[in-house]
Amino acid sequence: MSNTPLTPDLELPDEHYLNATYGSGIRSWLLTTDHKRIALLYLASVTVFFFIGGVLATMIRIHLLTPGGALVTPETYNKLFTMHGVAMIFFFLIPSIPAVFGNFLIPLMIGAKDLAFPKINLLSWYIYLIGGGFVLYSFSTGGLDTGWTFYTPLSSVYSNSAVTPAVIGIFINGFSSILTGLNFIVTIHTMRAPGMTWFRLPLFAWAHYATSLVMILGTPVVAITLLLAGLERMFHLGFFNPALGGDPILFQHLFWFYSHPAVYIMILPAMGVVSEIIPTFARKPIFGYSFIAGSSIAIAVIGFLVWAHHMFVTGESTYAALTFSFLSYLVAIPSAVKVFNWTSTLYKGSISWDPPMVYALGFIGLFVIGGLTGLFLACLGLDIHIHDTYFVVAHFHYIMVGGAVMGYVGGLHFWWPKITGRLYPKSLSQFAAIILFVGFNLTFFPQFILGYLGMPRRYHTYPPEFQVLNVLSTAGASILALGYLLPMSYLIWSMRYGKVAGPNPWPATGLEWKTDSPPLTENFHVTPEVTWEPYDFQNRPDLGLAAGARPLAPAHGDD
Amino acid sequence: MHRTGDLYGHFQTLEQQKETATLGMWIFLVTEVLFFGGLFLTYTINRSAFSTAFGIGSNTLDITLGAGNTVVLIMSSLTMAMAVWSAQVGKKKLVSIFLIATLGLGTVFLGVKAVEYKQKFDHHLIPGHGFDMKYHPAHPMARDDLKELALEKKEVDEAFAVDPDINFHGQLYFSLYFGMTGLHALHMIVGVGLLIWLITGSFAGRFTPQYNTPVEIVGLYWHFVDIVWIYLFPLLYLIDRHR
Repeated sequence: MSNTPLTPDLELPDEHYLNATYGSGIRSWLLTTDHKRIALLYLASVTVFFFIGGVLATMIRIHLLTPGGALVTPETYNKLFTMHGVAMIFFFLIPSIPAVFGNFLIPLMIGAKDLAFPKINLLSWYIYLIGGGFVLYSFSTGGLDTGWTFYTPLSSVYSNSAVTPAVIGIFINGFSSILTGLNFIVTIHTMRAPGMTWFRLPLFAWAHYATSLVMILGTPVVAITLLLAGLERMFHLGFFNPALGGDPILFQHLFWFYSHPAVYIMILPAMGVVSEIIPTFARKPIFGYSFIAGSSIAIAVIGFLVWAHHMFVTGESTYAALTFSFLSYLVAIPSAVKVFNWTSTLYKGSISWDPPMVYALGFIGLFVIGGLTGLFLACLGLDIHIHDTYFVVAHFHYIMVGGAVMGYVGGLHFWWPKITGRLYPKSLSQFAAIILFVGFNLTFFPQFILGYLGMPRRYHTYPPEFQVLNVLSTAGASILALGYLLPMSYLIWSMRYGKVAGPNPWPATGLEWKTDSPPLTENFHVTPEVTWEPYDFQNRPDLGLAAGARPLAPAHGDD
Repeated sequence: MHRTGDLYGHFQTLEQQKETATLGMWIFLVTEVLFFGGLFLTYTINRSAFSTAFGIGSNTLDITLGAGNTVVLIMSSLTMAMAVWSAQVGKKKLVSIFLIATLGLGTVFLGVKAVEYKQKFDHHLIPGHGFDMKYHPAHPMARDDLKELALEKKEVDEAFAVDPDINFHGQLYFSLYFGMTGLHALHMIVGVGLLIWLITGSFAGRFTPQYNTPVEIVGLYWHFVDIVWIYLFPLLYLIDRHR
């Protein structure tokens, strides 16, 4: 790139949150109330659980290489998929984007010095650790074989695995999620900088507001439900045990009242990430700002009214099933609003293929497939055919891995320069994004076909005619693993050797880019005052963009 | 996190700090409503499924103690509200007095609850292997009203004739009774802890008309815990009471 003017080498700021001198060494991390440091504590701990869940997933895929099962006994197989689900859902996906990026970015994005309750923020991390500790104890002393759904009376009476510590762990961990959600809502209400009106909030903040609503309204219900199931197991009570007069269907209703909206805890923040990345690399204000903001809230609200679509075949009246089917279709509307608005933003945009953008575009593609197959499942008649098959497994992995994790990794690439102050190798990370996309599709697309052909989920064995598709899926999983290991290695490498990024390397319009990278402990040198509309590139001379000029000096320069 | 006087460093003004703390407590209470909500739903569904067993269960509760406790708790809400008012108008001595009164009433409530639990223990009405709805009518205690007990025995026997599983369903009632009142009592205990913290602060003269947020938000919490009891009392003690 010889046509870009030479810029002087950037340097990291002298003082920032990573080297700030309060207390010494490890203490200054473990007792920190700085939302940015807490975000990094979360980053480290969710990565540990991602690894555990990933290893379990690998074992599942290896086992399914042959029709008879290649690796473990049937009992162990039950434990593998259960522990994979528990580790990934409760300890990786739910905290991932909110607790890492939400924590790091919400105060920065709204121009605050910290979240509303910094000590509660630290407390929520410790609660997460304690809950995680109980769950790891369960994993290592007998494992867990109930499925991540803990259906009673299997979980409360018949299972011989370590259900009690797992239930206690998830109960405790719920409060971490509740406190995070509470903190975000209050912060967005009361901590905004002067001029930062509701409709100037970044869409990331709107997405987290909606997510937090789900966290505070749903999580307490699953907490009390798992508490009752745990008490039932410990003291032989009968809330959900039909042999003692209890109602197992009631457990399912209560469980899904949280656990369906929990899907939106995973996907809404990822949508927030994508809504930040797309306008930045299309160099255009986002199309339909208020519709994207409103659709986040709509998804959170409607998301609470669809839970019984998980129970079409476990016993509910036809009218209830029809209503829940209809309401489930309704969620597609705000979801589609987002996809259309992102696509319209791209239209006639000045698109650059920086790594975060590649992830975001991957997200849109995978989310569309995951979302549309969700409509198949919301259809009463079709659901009876594909219920509890690999079709469901493929569908929710497209949403959770293709959607949420893709958004998470995309966000990691987008804000890494802000978090660490340094850039990572560009071509390698674009390559990694493509590997992730290809590996993911190869892993999970065959599962749609498997499910449609009738392969049930959670079985340790399958008829020989399904082997080809299973082998393809396992092969995809190994490519997918590379797609995760690559970013992990070059991001860690970049912390020391990466090029210094400067305050706003892309450049992006958010307030978080108007301070140093990495930021000060107090975030801003002076409290910022917001005088511009969101995602407006034209009236922002501070971004260094000449009006109408394109393309810009690429952030990475020559590499 | 540095702090100047009562103002924490990440806030601009005391008003902002107060608004933030109050909103935080309100949202916390919303999560509490949902937390108790799961129990109330479980109760409602089982109540409609097993109304006979739940009716008998209700009748074994001591309505005098229950009603008395309700009055105690409402009184404590009044004294708590007075404490908040005193803090707002700067009557420092009254703050301490009303907080101590609230603490006293809360403790009385918990004491009465303990007496009630003890009775259920004596009557073999704790869910588990020893649970037996026939036990108490057949084994009168020192101060029991024998006429009353004869009625209970008749009722239990009739119920057993219709539904041999009545002991299971009665256990469900008592599981929920202990679950709901137990969770409520746990909240009371937390409240007592918070009151003790406030009282020490009040003795140190911390609460002024400018800064009294802790009193106010603990007040919100205390009223919430009261309201839960206002629902628990009729649900557990009064519905289907027929003697």
